[in-house]
Amino acid sequence: MSRLRNIIYNCREATYLIEKRLIGKITLREKIQLHIHFYGCSVCKLFNKQSRIINTMVKQLLINKGQPDLKLDDDFKNDMQHRIEDELNKK
Amino acid sequence: MLPDQTINPHQWVNNHADYMYAYTLSRINDEEQARDLVQETFLAALERLDKFEGKSSERTWLTAILKNKIVDVYRKRSSGLISTGEHKEVHEMQEFFEEDGHWREDHQPRHFGVEDHNPLHDKEFNQILQKCMQKLPALWLAVFTMKHIDDEPTNVICTQLKVTDSNFWVIIHRAKVNLRACLQKNWI
Repeated sequence: MSRLRNIIYNCREATYLIEKRLIGKITLREKIQLHIHFYGCSVCKLFNKQSRIINTMVKQLLINKGQPDLKLDDDFKNDMQHRIEDELNKK
Repeated sequence: MLPDQTINPHQWVNNHADYMYAYTLSRINDEEQARDLVQETFLAALERLDKFEGKSSERTWLTAILKNKIVDVYRKRSSGLISTGEHKEVHEMQEFFEEDGHWREDHQPRHFGVEDHNPLHDKEFNQILQKCMQKLPALWLAVFTMKHIDDEPTNVICTQLKVTDSNFWVIIHRAKVNLRACLQKNWI
């Protein structure tokens, strides 16, 4: 478990744990090591903050309305409904 | 409110096509492919109209079919890239950190405004976010969207995309480090 021992000085490992903690579980030992890392590393602390915000914004991508370009054009829709009607008539 | 549990294919396009198109585009940023997937979903749904049990709303039912089609696309896009892409991916990752695991000076996270979350910037920021997501390798994007947008359980993602548990976490980590760096580069 050299990975664990390295966390305190290793930003690559620390950011890995940050991501794992955000959506899964990390061990108590890992949590403590991560906190010690944050204590000495403001850059990873910032990464942690930004990473959380990015997750929230990614989730909001779909909810975010007001994108009129995200609509199908009417011709395509008409064709599609015609195809559906054709299939229904076959039955 | 109870979901509308009837099914009416004559109104499908009217009621659901735009929603399904936006749903697909947020996961697969390819308009032509998104259009095809919506159409394929309707046709596939017609084939199994008898399987609709009214347990969920029509839209939920259609979306479930669409979702499976999207996962198929993820799978197709990422198959073959896994072995050949691995080497490049590892290399891309090393650019952010020194050998000893410290941030490389020029790639360190810096404040770039999202921390204050100004809603006025949201629309523009979202566009950059989507562009940056599309720059991720196909498999990473698939893992990332299934987890972060769809909230799928990790084991489901691993099974559907055929990645191991440890690879899953490596991908989640790399995807975020890359995505964050791309946002910093393009937003400031």
